[in-house]
Amino acid sequence: MEFWNQELETLESQKLRQLQFERLKKTILRVYQKVPHYRAKFQEAKVKPSDIKHLEDINKLPFTTKEDLYVDYPFGLVTLPVEKLIRLHTSSGTTGKPKAIFFSKKDINNSADIIARCLVMTGAQRGDILQNSMTYGLFTGAFVMHYGAEKVGILVIPAGPGNTERQITLMKDFGTTVLHITPSYALYVASVILDKGIDPRKDLKLKRAYLGAEPYSEETRKKIENMLGIEIYNCYGLTEMNGPGVGFECKYKAGLHIWEDNFLMEVINPESGEPVKDGEIGELVLTTLNREAMPLIRYRTRDLTRIIPEPCKCGRTHRRISRILGRSDDMFIVKGVNIFPQQIEQVLMSIKGVAQNYQIILESYDEMTVKVEIDKELFDGKIERLIKMKEEIIDKIRSATMVKPKVELLEPGTLPISEGKAKRVIDNRTI
Amino acid sequence: MDKVFMISVFAENKPGRLERITKVLSEANINILAFSITSTNGFGVIKFMLNKWKEAYNLLKEKGFTVSMNEAIGIEMKDQPGGLYEVVKILSSKGINIESASVYVAETRKRAYLIVEVEDTAKAMEALKGENLKFLHPEDIK
Repeated sequence: MEFWNQELETLESQKLRQLQFERLKKTILRVYQKVPHYRAKFQEAKVKPSDIKHLEDINKLPFTTKEDLYVDYPFGLVTLPVEKLIRLHTSSGTTGKPKAIFFSKKDINNSADIIARCLVMTGAQRGDILQNSMTYGLFTGAFVMHYGAEKVGILVIPAGPGNTERQITLMKDFGTTVLHITPSYALYVASVILDKGIDPRKDLKLKRAYLGAEPYSEETRKKIENMLGIEIYNCYGLTEMNGPGVGFECKYKAGLHIWEDNFLMEVINPESGEPVKDGEIGELVLTTLNREAMPLIRYRTRDLTRIIPEPCKCGRTHRRISRILGRSDDMFIVKGVNIFPQQIEQVLMSIKGVAQNYQIILESYDEMTVKVEIDKELFDGKIERLIKMKEEIIDKIRSATMVKPKVELLEPGTLPISEGKAKRVIDNRTI
Repeated sequence: MDKVFMISVFAENKPGRLERITKVLSEANINILAFSITSTNGFGVIKFMLNKWKEAYNLLKEKGFTVSMNEAIGIEMKDQPGGLYEVVKILSSKGINIESASVYVAETRKRAYLIVEVEDTAKAMEALKGENLKFLHPEDIK
């Protein structure tokens, strides 16, 4: 197993926490001194930088939400004079004003270094050829990957997205070994490759792909892996936190390592703001620990995940999170209990005989109905089996959420099919 | 002794479901020889014995139905009082549990068959070998 920065990647947990604490103190002091908005927020919360005596004291600090990014827009949260900034990126796909994130030279260099760790962690090295099919533009996705790959010594093809014919020609002509691409586009490109009668295992040199920027399921990963005969690694990032590379999978593909020397992670209950127990699903909150131009304190990502506290077989001490399970805005309340659709999804995925598609219908405040499609391939004509399966679903959802659901088994194809951002919860309740 | 096949279709308990399935069979000129419906709260399984079962299985699958093909044993009964009793008496004496059953009337007022699905078809057939029973052959229904 290879490392880009073995010392930091395998730093003993205790020392890693110590490093985090030192960097946290510096970051807090920096924003308190240089960012009037943070200073005001801290004062409102009656907390001073000197009150942070342990890593755990971070929960005394107020959260940063996307609304904070619009205060004193656009330079309000920047800690450097404008002439020290070398790059602007904005967030993609949201309504209203874009979120503006500024980088110093050091910040760009550092984010490239983090990506270099990610690439080497998956086995990429000098000699590889990376086709970067993400958008080069305001979005961070392509640039950060580009710099990181160059740093490793990988030949980069800055293909950008779209023009599928050309994508395939590039792969064939230049022997692309690594792809950086969104999951939905990967699926499309893979199907075009196969439709053209190209055998990716013989005619192409693809070895691996990094898929991110959109949520996708394990099933989609396996599907594309099988179509192209490659390894796919899950990649997580957001513009507010440098872009891709915040979290990345190692060769074991069992969750994404968060680079904890650069980011302090918390997982909280989005309603109460309190931390959840390790391993429980909640909203990911990140604090930059190594950013100069625009540090962010306890930034609410709205992304749902859970911490995987167990050490990874790869030897890296940086803890992992599960793939992003959805948005914290998806949470709903039944019988006074907070429930995420993802909790229900996890239960359904553990049961043999049900398909992946499901829907949660809310008609009243004390009842939820879960509609599930049965798996066509596993139907064996026996009604007893279906009855048992239905009981199993009810029992497992009850123990996962504390609410006993009504369950309806549906014929496959009954529920609307949705790629990525599926509408899982139909809330018909009126107050 | 030969086994016969039943076609099982999963269906939600909603108006029009049986109609959709039988329409497909009708349009393909497939004859229904026996059928049964088991339903519970919200969903059910509809089972058919058909003259062209393999064709029907492929067709229904192609049309997007949730369908399976299950082995079954067809045992002749006299179409008269006590006909069913005589057959199930033998089955129970052999410890064979019926998971699902339907009836195929081959000749009205003369000959009918009890079509049963059991846990282990091969084992049940072995157990019934020596009994004075007449069984339905796949050729009989083609």
